[in-house]
Amino acid sequence: MITSTQIWIAIIVSSAGAYAIKLAGMSMPQSWLSAPRVQRIAGLIPVALLTALVVVQSVTTHHSLTLDGRAAGLVVAIALLMMRASFPVVVLGAALVSALIHRL
Amino acid sequence: MTRLPHHERKRIRRDGLSLAITVGSYGTAFGAASIASGLNVWQTSALSLLTFTGASQFAFVGVLGSGGTAISAITTSLLLGSRNALYGLRLAPALQLKGKRKFFGSHLVIDESTAVSIAQEAHGEEGMRHGFWVTGLGVYLFWNLFTLVGALGARAIGDPATLGLDAAVPAAFIALLWPRLTNRASWSVAIATVALVLALVPIAPPGVPVIASSLIALIFGWKARRQ
Repeated sequence: MITSTQIWIAIIVSSAGAYAIKLAGMSMPQSWLSAPRVQRIAGLIPVALLTALVVVQSVTTHHSLTLDGRAAGLVVAIALLMMRASFPVVVLGAALVSALIHRL
Repeated sequence: MTRLPHHERKRIRRDGLSLAITVGSYGTAFGAASIASGLNVWQTSALSLLTFTGASQFAFVGVLGSGGTAISAITTSLLLGSRNALYGLRLAPALQLKGKRKFFGSHLVIDESTAVSIAQEAHGEEGMRHGFWVTGLGVYLFWNLFTLVGALGARAIGDPATLGLDAAVPAAFIALLWPRLTNRASWSVAIATVALVLALVPIAPPGVPVIASSLIALIFGWKARRQ
């Protein structure tokens, strides 16, 4: 299990990194990163990472695939997004359904 | 330099602040998710104060919460934050920040401040600057305030599963993902990622499937045909 100290170190490192990325963008010559290929990849990275996080967080436990309240919550979240619900409604709706299933 | 008319300045301020309050309130979801992932209130607030880029923060606590290592939490968080460099690149010529302003301003380069700033392009550099500062500072204030609210609330509740907080995290991720699924390339990346992750989860250490997914973006982005 990860210790509290390790979490603190990770927070400091990722914060420093996040700031360095922002500052670098503000400081770099305009020609850098403006290549269409770089722009395209940079736009697709969040899509890949967020998709991966959705899958890992909703249908897996350690090394196995599991279907529980979280998967049901995900289905509800997708349904709400298709109905153009706002962010808080999506999150609350998923939490509510998952909590109900947890109670059954 | 052209002076920005008073009513335009007011409109930008109104647009920026309403977005700041809306997006800032999502900080509640982050605060709760972070507590549910095993971080304490101080650590949760530190992330919002210091990292200050929403998707990266959600990813950080999400990876730790699902048993990933500190290294994979950091890597995932930084990969997600890399788009902020492109925002900075886009904003720099209009903002013309130097010295102290550049030091603080860089911290505020996120999705929302960039979006509002770029939307003012027609009103010149002064409009873009105004939009950037109002939105950036506004989101910073409300995001941190609501993070604390969410964290304290979740701590008072106790077991995250009874309130469905374990489902709130993936729901937040899909809500962040949804508006990015705008064309065939993004859908292809998403579908390929689902397959890759499902294949990797049984065999790879926790956190690795998420980081590996960035390779899918690399492959599809590299090869994409011209539209």
